[in-house]
Amino acid sequence: MKVKEVLGRADYALIGEMIPHGSRVLDLGCGDGALLLWLKEQKSVQARGVEKNRELVQKAIARGVTVYQGDLEESLAEYPPGAFDYVILSQTLQESRRPLAVIEGMLRIGRHAVIAFPNFGHWRVRIAHLFSGRAPKTPLFPHNWYDSPNIHFLTIIDFEELARARDWAIERKVFLSGDRRVELLPNLLAEVAIYLVKRRQ
Amino acid sequence: MIVETQQARFESLDLDCGETLRDVEVAYETYGQLNEDRSNAVLIEHAFTGDAHVAGVDHEGKPGWWANMVGPGKAFDTDHYFVICSNVLGGCRGTTGPASINPATGRPWGLRFPGITISDMVRLQKMLIDRLGIERLLTVTGGSMGGMQALEWAVAYPDSIESCIPIATTARHSAQQIAFNETGRQAIMADPDFAGGDFYGGPPPARGLAVARMVGHITYMSDESMREKFGRRLRNRDQVSFGFDIDFEVESYLRYRGAQFVGRFDANSYLYITKAMDYFDLTAGFPSLAASLERATCRFLVLSFTSDWLYPSYQSQEIVNALRARNHDVTYCELSPNYGHDAFLVDVGEQTEIIRGFLARCLRERRQAGVRA
Repeated sequence: MKVKEVLGRADYALIGEMIPHGSRVLDLGCGDGALLLWLKEQKSVQARGVEKNRELVQKAIARGVTVYQGDLEESLAEYPPGAFDYVILSQTLQESRRPLAVIEGMLRIGRHAVIAFPNFGHWRVRIAHLFSGRAPKTPLFPHNWYDSPNIHFLTIIDFEELARARDWAIERKVFLSGDRRVELLPNLLAEVAIYLVKRRQ
Repeated sequence: MIVETQQARFESLDLDCGETLRDVEVAYETYGQLNEDRSNAVLIEHAFTGDAHVAGVDHEGKPGWWANMVGPGKAFDTDHYFVICSNVLGGCRGTTGPASINPATGRPWGLRFPGITISDMVRLQKMLIDRLGIERLLTVTGGSMGGMQALEWAVAYPDSIESCIPIATTARHSAQQIAFNETGRQAIMADPDFAGGDFYGGPPPARGLAVARMVGHITYMSDESMREKFGRRLRNRDQVSFGFDIDFEVESYLRYRGAQFVGRFDANSYLYITKAMDYFDLTAGFPSLAASLERATCRFLVLSFTSDWLYPSYQSQEIVNALRARNHDVTYCELSPNYGHDAFLVDVGEQTEIIRGFLARCLRERRQAGVRA
């Protein structure tokens, strides 16, 4: 299950909170362009998307979103530095082959990066693994190991450690379980983490 | 809907080669109604051997070459948009070309017709659009050579277009594309009836022109679509003939298309227009394609087809990436029909929704901008 499906439209509001009116926004893995369209209507952003799946791209174009059909990682190299105010990566970090390069690329072409990912440290994952002795399957990670799109598993602690090591400034973070916010013990209780980060000058 | 081809006449046209053409005729058709604020005009550019008859039916009942895309309720919905299509300069379907009469001599131009370019074609179209009283086109679109013209519009007249939809095209012809064109030209000129281009009193170089068309048709299809359409099926026989008559379906098809083409196309136009395509290079005079495209200000929708090996997707992606390098508003999609280069004419299912959505957005945002201004 995708983060977006878990969140319903809750992530729109959350991401919307992070993105000021009139910004230049790139959504990596924009799907059918629903989030971009929403941001365009609510926040008058200059919206761009990248999506690999042809059918989703066609839907996005048909609803009037500017979208490029192509590979997300290759795409990052095509934009000039600082082309965007915000670059969004919702739900695909754990699916990218080189997640670090993706985030670095986002921070090259965007002043800020919005990154949402499912938290592999959630208690359900831990318990599933501990008691089944198998690759964990949970509502958030429902796939079998052999057909899962997820190829990198990370937790909230992992992400923050990386942010420190790479000297990214965490400007905001929001943790969610279902559509409820989690304040306490996020690495244990949150299903999804959303970070707003930027490069420290 | 029966459409009438109309003619416009212009005193002169300056050409890239340095010469000036006098008494230039342009054949064009229009569909739908121009709205009050003249904001709904769409210019459609035809491909190499096309003409002004893009939609509806003519007096002989012949449908337009893009009738599946242009008309009431179609992608280019003539209930909403005012569609214009003109025959290109150098053509043979009503616009001045090498088969026209040279006013200086009273005889057909033949190879004395001056060399032409894609930008010459577009310059003439701009004169037509001005005459129609349209200041700014909602979009300019076309496939193949039509896409080249659309791109040329975007850089030559940035203030005159709102958006650009180049389909299955390129910013410059590759060696392979030039090579196929040259093969066609040589076939025509090798025909004894070619007579140095002065064949208008006698028989046209029919065999040469037909061979050129046969080669062309192969490049417009894909391996897969030819396999599906013909395979190795024999034509009206159970066994091969061990001769050089028609054995295979595909041979029959190509001969038929070749012969049919001779009846409707001028061999000299073939030479001039293919040269114009080969000369087309949007990067000429610029350090890069991105630098050249900096002149463009309109929004782009670029489409290519996975099965098109004549204008492969990488050529469209070059255009798109040059635009993305400066964060230009460009949308790109690679479509999946397996018809090869012909796909943009034949299989319009995927194209339709995309173009409809894109155009609706262009019109909506143009109106919003108009309200603000």
